Amino acid sequence: MDTLLPVASGSAAGPLTADELRELYSLMVAVRHLDTSAIAWQRQGIIPGYAPELGQEAAQVGSGYAVDTTRDFVFPTYREMGVARTMGVDMVAYMSTHKATWHGGLYNPLESRLAPIQAVVAGSVLHAVGWAHGQTLDGKDGVALTYFGDGASSQGDVHEAMNFAAVMKAPVVFFVQNNGWAISVPTERQVAGGSVAARAAGYGMPALKIDGDDVAAVLEATRRAFAHARSGNGPVLIEAMTYRRGPHSTSDDPGRYRSLDEERDGAGTDPIERLRQRLQADGIADETFFAGALAAAKAEEEQIRTGIQALGSRPGTEMFDLVFQETTPALQAQAANWREESEHV
Amino acid sequence: MSNSILEGTNAAGESTADDTVATPAGSEPATTVMSMQQALNRALDEVLADNPKAVIFGEDCGRLGGVFRITDGLQAKHGAQRVFDTPLAESGILGMSVGLAMAGFHPIPEVQFDGFAYPAINQIVCQIARMNYRSRGTLPMPVTLRVPSFGGIRAPEHHGESLEALFAHVPGLKVVSPSNPHEAYHLLKYAATRPDPVIFMEPKSRYWQKGEVDTARHDAGGGSPTGAKVMREGRHLTLVAWGAMVARCLQVAELAAEDGIDIEVLDLRWLKPIDAEALAASVRRTRRAVVVHEAPLTSGLGAEVAQLITQSCFDTLRAPVERVTGFDVPYPSGDLEDEYIPNIDRILFGIQRVLEYKRG
Repeated sequence: MDTLLPVASGSAAGPLTADELRELYSLMVAVRHLDTSAIAWQRQGIIPGYAPELGQEAAQVGSGYAVDTTRDFVFPTYREMGVARTMGVDMVAYMSTHKATWHGGLYNPLESRLAPIQAVVAGSVLHAVGWAHGQTLDGKDGVALTYFGDGASSQGDVHEAMNFAAVMKAPVVFFVQNNGWAISVPTERQVAGGSVAARAAGYGMPALKIDGDDVAAVLEATRRAFAHARSGNGPVLIEAMTYRRGPHSTSDDPGRYRSLDEERDGAGTDPIERLRQRLQADGIADETFFAGALAAAKAEEEQIRTGIQALGSRPGTEMFDLVFQETTPALQAQAANWREESEHV
Repeated sequence: MSNSILEGTNAAGESTADDTVATPAGSEPATTVMSMQQALNRALDEVLADNPKAVIFGEDCGRLGGVFRITDGLQAKHGAQRVFDTPLAESGILGMSVGLAMAGFHPIPEVQFDGFAYPAINQIVCQIARMNYRSRGTLPMPVTLRVPSFGGIRAPEHHGESLEALFAHVPGLKVVSPSNPHEAYHLLKYAATRPDPVIFMEPKSRYWQKGEVDTARHDAGGGSPTGAKVMREGRHLTLVAWGAMVARCLQVAELAAEDGIDIEVLDLRWLKPIDAEALAASVRRTRRAVVVHEAPLTSGLGAEVAQLITQSCFDTLRAPVERVTGFDVPYPSGDLEDEYIPNIDRILFGIQRVLEYKRG
């Protein structure tokens, strides 16, 4: 772990237990299986599109595992399925966004502690700062965890968010998944200076640049960052170096911008395989455990797929009813016209 | 109608009569005379006192009290946690509003000048306006965004813009603009207690005009705070306006009255949702309408108003609805401001075109 600036270690920064490591493995396998299955769902016509996170399981499961859902709040992009699963979000409700059922997903963000799925790159980073400042105003100790990528780091909102958070000492953990690619543009053509974490120094903010494919390193770094922010020391930036092994989305064709050799070299060792080897070496998991984890992942995927397939369209009235808390006469009139002229009701 | 109604204005087209502010139709004598700046300040003071989750923030809103002093004294009275300065970045201000609203606060951010809402447009349009929808009603956005708006103060570029049509076009936003201190006090108190995002467009050229404010009640007739308001009754033609143009239309009505032309002035107040019933009720009686706004003509809110009137009053209209507006040009420098903003002469010409309209 390359610590560019020291982070005060908290009580939560102890070594991981065998139970934790086994649970992390099971989560990563569940996420991997759901992720690869979702590609298949798209090919089979079950869902119209999907943004896979293949290769980012360690970064997502490790960071999501550090969240305390009784007090923290997480602000995802559109590629944090692994975080959602780790936090225990209802995955049929989560995956419904990819079924084109409802943009933000059908899960309840307040109960899940996960903001609605965000399709604007860097769109929710400032929201995390506002939510975190609200914790300060309320005298609470929740931490906001916000995700974005190397591509999003080019957005002005990320600068504004980091500056605001640092000025206000807001309890925010900025979690960058540097997966090497923003659709077709590699990090070296995206991030001047080569590191998002290096920018934190300019804001007077501690930063951790970590191996994002080492789930234990990710979890330990995130716990340290949470402890730092929760203690009133202000924001922390984590840059988890990982690799987007799949396409940007099911509409993407990586063959147009990178070769299979480049892909193999960039991807390195599979993060799940790395954890498997560690568990075996440490003698805390065996083949029976690994087989059980995969069987559980398959059963879970089947259950989610069944739920997704059973998911009908939302009633069209929701188009009108969910715009405002207090609707308007014009919307009511449009809804009435729609009802009258629509065959769907 | 003769050109004689143009008499009574000076060369600049401004009225030679007093720049009076109308009192609400039918109200009893007002309790306090104050400027719009004072009325807005008092409204915010009361909102902070009434709602412990209300927070005011923006550029220079704290110690300075805002460049227009609308938040003057509020930080000293309510504390630096309730009224605070942010770094100078509009997207940051509006983006953090989303998070504060998600955390249960009622953010009342300020964008210092209209033209600086543009750097925040993604957060306003893609985030604030849609979060209630995206979250299926679980994350309401009770954000009251105060925007000192419109022109008329000889300010630098980007300090005199009229963004109402842009905001009104965005699903999920509501838009309101007060025309006088009484309206400013009540509409801000109303807007800042709503569960939905409201863009509150303050006519900066009217900040220092005084008027009577009856803090006890908004509309003497018990009208809806979400509706339009007849500021002057008339029989021959309805002038529809909002913000700073309401006072100007009232001046025009006084001048026209000298020629026996009885003008009704309708303060639209809410630019979204527009009170279509009030438009219909007024124009059904007067059968003629002119809509006046500072924003450029093309795709301005006047087009929406004209369509609503045409829809409801087509059979009774004596002439097409006329628009007297700014031009399709970038808002000009102070020297040309009076050429751009609808002045009394141009409004009177618009009235004349409608009154002299012949079918066929």
